[in-house]
Amino acid sequence: MPNLNTRGALSIRNVTKIYDPEGVNVMAVKDCSMEIAAGEVCMIVGPSGCGKTTLLNAIAGFHSITSGEILLDGELLCGPGKPKADQGAERMVVFQHGALFPWKTLAQNVAYGPRVQGRSSKAEAMEKARDMLAEAGLGNVTEKYPGEVSSGMSRRAEIVRALINDPKVLLLDEPYRAMDALTKSIMHESLLETYDRTKVTIFFIIHDLEEAIFLGDKVHIVTTRPCQLKKTVEVNIPRPRSYQTQSSEEFRHLMEEVNEAVHEEAIKAFQAGERELA
Amino acid sequence: MTDIAQPSHTGAPAMPKKRSHLQNLAANKSLWRGITAIAVFLVIWEIGARWDEWFGKEWMIPGIGLIPPPSDVFEAWLKVLPKPGYWNSWYQSLTRVLSGFLSAMIIGIPFGLALAVNKYFRDIFFPPFEILRPIPPLAWVPASLIFWPTNEMSIAFVTFLGAFFTIVINVVGGARTIDVRYLRAAQSMGASQWDLFSKIILPGTLPSIFTGAAVGMGITWEVVLAAEMISGGGTQGGGGLGFFIWNSYMGGSLEQIVVGMISIGIAGYLCSSAIRMLGDWFMPWRRLF
Amino acid sequence: MSQATTAAPQRTTAPTGFSMFIYRLKKSLLTPDPYLTVFGVALWLFTWWLLCEGLRVDRFDKIPGPVAVFSELFSRTPFQGISIFKSEYYEHILVSCQRILIAFGIATGVGVPLGLFMGWSKRIRDYAFPILEMLRPIPILAWVPLSILMFPGFEAPVIFLATLASLFVTTLNTMLGVDSIDEAYFRAAGCLGSSNWDIFKNVVVPGALPFIFTGLQISIGVAWFSLVAAEMVSGDLGLGYLIVDSYMNNVTVPMVIGMITLGFVGWITSVMVRMLGNWLMQWHVKALALQGR
Repeated sequence: MPNLNTRGALSIRNVTKIYDPEGVNVMAVKDCSMEIAAGEVCMIVGPSGCGKTTLLNAIAGFHSITSGEILLDGELLCGPGKPKADQGAERMVVFQHGALFPWKTLAQNVAYGPRVQGRSSKAEAMEKARDMLAEAGLGNVTEKYPGEVSSGMSRRAEIVRALINDPKVLLLDEPYRAMDALTKSIMHESLLETYDRTKVTIFFIIHDLEEAIFLGDKVHIVTTRPCQLKKTVEVNIPRPRSYQTQSSEEFRHLMEEVNEAVHEEAIKAFQAGERELA
Repeated sequence: MTDIAQPSHTGAPAMPKKRSHLQNLAANKSLWRGITAIAVFLVIWEIGARWDEWFGKEWMIPGIGLIPPPSDVFEAWLKVLPKPGYWNSWYQSLTRVLSGFLSAMIIGIPFGLALAVNKYFRDIFFPPFEILRPIPPLAWVPASLIFWPTNEMSIAFVTFLGAFFTIVINVVGGARTIDVRYLRAAQSMGASQWDLFSKIILPGTLPSIFTGAAVGMGITWEVVLAAEMISGGGTQGGGGLGFFIWNSYMGGSLEQIVVGMISIGIAGYLCSSAIRMLGDWFMPWRRLF
Repeated sequence: MSQATTAAPQRTTAPTGFSMFIYRLKKSLLTPDPYLTVFGVALWLFTWWLLCEGLRVDRFDKIPGPVAVFSELFSRTPFQGISIFKSEYYEHILVSCQRILIAFGIATGVGVPLGLFMGWSKRIRDYAFPILEMLRPIPILAWVPLSILMFPGFEAPVIFLATLASLFVTTLNTMLGVDSIDEAYFRAAGCLGSSNWDIFKNVVVPGALPFIFTGLQISIGVAWFSLVAAEMVSGDLGLGYLIVDSYMNNVTVPMVIGMITLGFVGWITSVMVRMLGNWLMQWHVKALALQGR
């Protein structure tokens, strides 16, 4: 499928991360490389606690890396001489447990980015925030606090909060993990709809294989800790996709392929029995 | 299917060597900053307190200028250390603290649990408890001096009260936050009422009991000290570290006041450490965190 | 699309605090709870009366009973000098409240910023925390003689002691409050392009608020505790002084009145702190209310 977006190509090259709390060394990511094209929906699948989040944190600039380099559109985010990327609005993260500020209303949350970046005045930011929330179907809860709305609504608002900054890459760390299947499917639909509109590059960490294939252009399967790229599966099912896609022959074939690769790693991870890293 | 064809140029770096415990300690920036801060604090105290000695009375810094410098305090401490009277003060204060604290625990924990478990008991006894709780423990001192025949008994009573309210309120709070799922799980496995109480409610409340005990211990020391200072010096109920301070104050020995303060600080710290250690020992499932 | 028709009927106005209160009151009157509460308080008053005035049990007879205390409290011509019609009574209350206000104000003004910075910056914590931890085990009352020597007059030492007590509690709770903020909020703020100052204003301060107010409630209790102690040892006015002065002059009724008043005033101040907290933390209150707490 031709993609008109030319921003947001990520190159992860030979990245290694060793955690060193109190002299106990843990290798979370080992010599991991992957290329993500501009405007691609890239799904990362791997056992729990394998270091996927570590990779995401390195891209977002929350953690340093030990060696290797990460580039965004050819620009060095982090690498030799600059172990930690700067945090910036071109790489927006949607967090595992949600991180809308509970002390701000949904509209205030969404307007926060443009305000602190000094891109617009408070009134303009609030107006744009309300418009964008309304566009996402949240028009009647803009003045509510996150604690007052459902988790599905607050996650959707969180994606709006990310998109208002016009990011190059959206980094999602299993944001729908705790939701029931029905809500999840609605969330996925709305994410796909958003993607069709913006064609933003998406780096999505996920556990569910079916969902990964359903959503992604590519599925990267990574090994158990230390995290390394094991296999990449390309999903050539045309968009827009619907739930019927999931019953197609092609889909089943892809499922089998991914399943085989993941299952092996899942067993290794389970037997290692290590606790998840932060 | 695409494989990442890029060969790894650099390869992963070797795992760094594990460091010894001592090396870790020496590399701990926080530790060195803490030591620096305390050293600077002591130096400022010393200089501030000696300012008037060096530059004349008219340059005395208000407040701090009247306090003895740490070196003098240390000297005074060395002087009292071998004296049995000093250690007797420790002994007396510790005895009072422990007796008040233990009686508050013995009465407070069952009372708190009863308040938490039984709704009728709570409805009847909680309101009077809440009426009395805001009265600061020391406000009870004169009344208890009138009521109890001896000073020692009134000190014990006020000490008891100080810790009692804190412990009860923590036990009630703790027992009521126990996750209902644990109780249901136990019931579905056929637990009796007594099992529920002894296997779920009691261990579930333990963390709060120890929190309450730690706070209660602090209050107990305050109250014992106050009681010793207010009623101290009499024939009975005298002595203790509170009296040690008061006596030094009356005798005008500033260094000894500070020695007394530090001694009480150490004693209080030892007591709360003991509670923490007991807590770790009683609650092995919390040690991990 | 039939969303509009299937949606629950919209309330035209949100329930106000007062109508909510009336509703809850009506509902609770149908349960045995309020009656048991009244019974509990009555039982307690009766026991007090029985021991001190009814049966005049040995030793209890030295303590004034509820009848003596309340008839004195509401008498225009009190035998022992203190009642709600005497200006001295209000003078004691006023003086104590003024001291608390100053001490609590200073402690909050210093303790909250200090705690916020200690929680926010590891460097500041590394330097400040050991000193705080070194001084904290020393009970406030051990400072009494030193503070009398350090500060001139009656007023300054008393306020110093209450401030010191309050300061430790406020600072530590504020610091713990910053620690309690989920790392994800800091990261989200960083992603969104916040400066350090933006993070401080928009994450550190509001995120720590629930802990700060829990701390302030404890802190005002501790301030009263120390104030009473200080007033008892060295005061010329105030509720603590009233209690000890009555004891010295062998008038027991004002002593008990002083105790009751202290409890009441202390409770009021703590409620005021809680109300201020709820008012500042609408988001917190609403979220808790929806969880049924």
